[in-house]
Amino acid sequence: MTMMNGAEIVIRCLQEEKVDHVFGYPGGAVLNIYDELFKQDKVKHVLTRHEQGAVHAADGFARASGRVGVAIVTSGPGATNAVTGIATAHMDSIPLVVISGQVATSNIGQDAFQECDTVGITRHCVKHNFLIKNVRDIATTLKKAFYIARTGRPGPVVVDIPKDVTADRHSFEYPAELQLRSYTPVTKGHSGQIRKAVNLLMKAKRPVICAGGGVVLSNASGKLADLACRLNFPVTNTLMGLGSFPGTDPRFLGMLGMHGTLEANMASQHCDVLLTIGARFDDRVIGNIESFAGAQRKIIHVDIDPSSISKRVRVDVPVVGNVADVLEEMNRLIDAESEKPDIGEWWKTIEEWRGRRSLKYKTGKEIMPQFVIEKLWELTRGEAIIASDVGQHQMWAAQYYKFDAPRRWLNSGGLGTMGVGLPYAVGASFAGLGKPIVCITGDGSIQMCIQELATAKQHALPIKIVLLNNHFLGMVRQWQELFYESRYSQTHMDFQPDFVRLAEAYGHVGIRVEHPQDVEPALRKAFEEHKNDLVLLDIHTCPGANVFPMVAAGKGLSDLILSDSL
Amino acid sequence: MRHIISLLLENEAGALSRVAGLFSARGYNIETLTVAPTEDVSLSRLTIVTKGGDDVIEQITKQLNKLIDVVKVVDLSEAAHIERELMLIKVRATGKDRDEMKRMADIFRGRIIDVTDSTYVIELTGTCSKLDSFIQAIDRGLILETVRTGVSGIGRGDRILKL
Repeated sequence: MTMMNGAEIVIRCLQEEKVDHVFGYPGGAVLNIYDELFKQDKVKHVLTRHEQGAVHAADGFARASGRVGVAIVTSGPGATNAVTGIATAHMDSIPLVVISGQVATSNIGQDAFQECDTVGITRHCVKHNFLIKNVRDIATTLKKAFYIARTGRPGPVVVDIPKDVTADRHSFEYPAELQLRSYTPVTKGHSGQIRKAVNLLMKAKRPVICAGGGVVLSNASGKLADLACRLNFPVTNTLMGLGSFPGTDPRFLGMLGMHGTLEANMASQHCDVLLTIGARFDDRVIGNIESFAGAQRKIIHVDIDPSSISKRVRVDVPVVGNVADVLEEMNRLIDAESEKPDIGEWWKTIEEWRGRRSLKYKTGKEIMPQFVIEKLWELTRGEAIIASDVGQHQMWAAQYYKFDAPRRWLNSGGLGTMGVGLPYAVGASFAGLGKPIVCITGDGSIQMCIQELATAKQHALPIKIVLLNNHFLGMVRQWQELFYESRYSQTHMDFQPDFVRLAEAYGHVGIRVEHPQDVEPALRKAFEEHKNDLVLLDIHTCPGANVFPMVAAGKGLSDLILSDSL
Repeated sequence: MRHIISLLLENEAGALSRVAGLFSARGYNIETLTVAPTEDVSLSRLTIVTKGGDDVIEQITKQLNKLIDVVKVVDLSEAAHIERELMLIKVRATGKDRDEMKRMADIFRGRIIDVTDSTYVIELTGTCSKLDSFIQAIDRGLILETVRTGVSGIGRGDRILKL
């Protein structure tokens, strides 16, 4: 057999996994790997401008494409810079393989230059991690890494490879099969539990389906739509679940939770059967836990991760299994039922809640951020891939951009990482989706990974950046206004760069927008005239605009603060 | 409630710290922890004594199962089981205390495994509470040093934790 060095084995493994793009940043400990990357053209490398950006980009690629995202970083600071990206992916169960360089095995533990205990540091924010100590283990370990990352409840896997291991020589054989005695993720749900769940659904008078990110991850939105349409049940989404059910379908109640719609929150609280699929009863989703659990209703919980079941809320019918498989089985059972539940009364109640139009907002001389998102949705016909940052703009995007298909909404839901938006947009650009890619961001978030404007230029990515600029860290400002008697401690951005000139300095197009009537023409200009350019729209929005409805921390889901325009 | 959780895990570098790290990260409590390879050198057997309500213990078991290196998890205290802990205790043994200490060791079925003209080292095996009782029973001022292994446990009869 042909002998090759460890670095070439790494690249061959990536090729075997059909990886076409990796995101990374070179450095001393990964020199061998970068040298092998240079010698081939199957695996294309995207050079970001920061390791955090590389991991976020790989994460954005994974979210948009449904494939495993791959990032390569060097040892020490390369690895520590990657940690935020890894933790972000971990909280949202995104499949990643992050390859980090490590100092030579003989130097490990010697406080060598650019040494850190990468496996130790990342242990708490990965699904699993490996340190490869021998060249003969590279192929099997990478095979395991990809398998673990994408199966079961997906997640990031870190593979730490010392420099000498990438230089050592060995033959290459990619294992066809894997036997992992300690890792056997379930797929099919327990048929008895599924039967019980269906029986409950068929008897429901006031049902609600709550679909989360798990539906997106298991590519089960078609099956979810089948179920909801067969039964004519109302559907709500968690932040991570947006797009798993068509946002324009009349059965869709909008998002639930801290910034959920009145109808979604009220229905979730007052239903008699709640079918939660691929969601984990996060504190931002259910509000006060006692209030949520105290409601008189039966809960069915479908999730692939047994530890998600009854972790925060005791459920009545747990079903552990892959969401797609379980939904398919449910649909089969429902088909066999002759009578569908009559929930006409329940729909009337829901329509009354919906009739209060909880997303209405006041308009005036200033640009309302909600208006910008609505215009963006109209102009892109809801077809764009939206990469969002974290803050008020994220919530407005979630509320006002109606996602009709999964994998169009990329955002950091669990960890809430500011700065993901631009690198997510970069990553998604390589997923080959043929749709416009938009980054919705704020003046705080965009500056956390602004350096990726260079990556976008280098690869000529025509991303449209919708920057809702209110000169504030808006979400924190909103909390200060509502709960800290308007003491705006360190949330006002006194100085801002000139974002238009900043975009131009990176070789992009910048457009400043200051009046409501200019919003639509500016968006048109960006999407039509500058179709092939990256355009940064610096949109100066009403600084006092708040995200409503809002469930204050510690309050129950039905205890909503509504906009004063209602 | 006190629970004894027993697990088989891959005998690999870092596996133990994954388990210990899980407990600290999620705020679970560890009273004792003991680990060593089994007759199959690729596997380690780990025993953890922890405290918590049913919900917490259920989560601990599930979270442990989720760790890739963990092969099997069982809550020994759910059914008939045996627990043992080993203690080595060095005591001052002079004058009238010398005889008294020998008597106490005999009563608790301990063995004196090291003798000097002023000290004994007593080896004592039993449940956690038996070892606690011994410490209670002797004069505290005479204790020079104690070292305990933490609890090991095994199911009774047909309850077998094996691959």
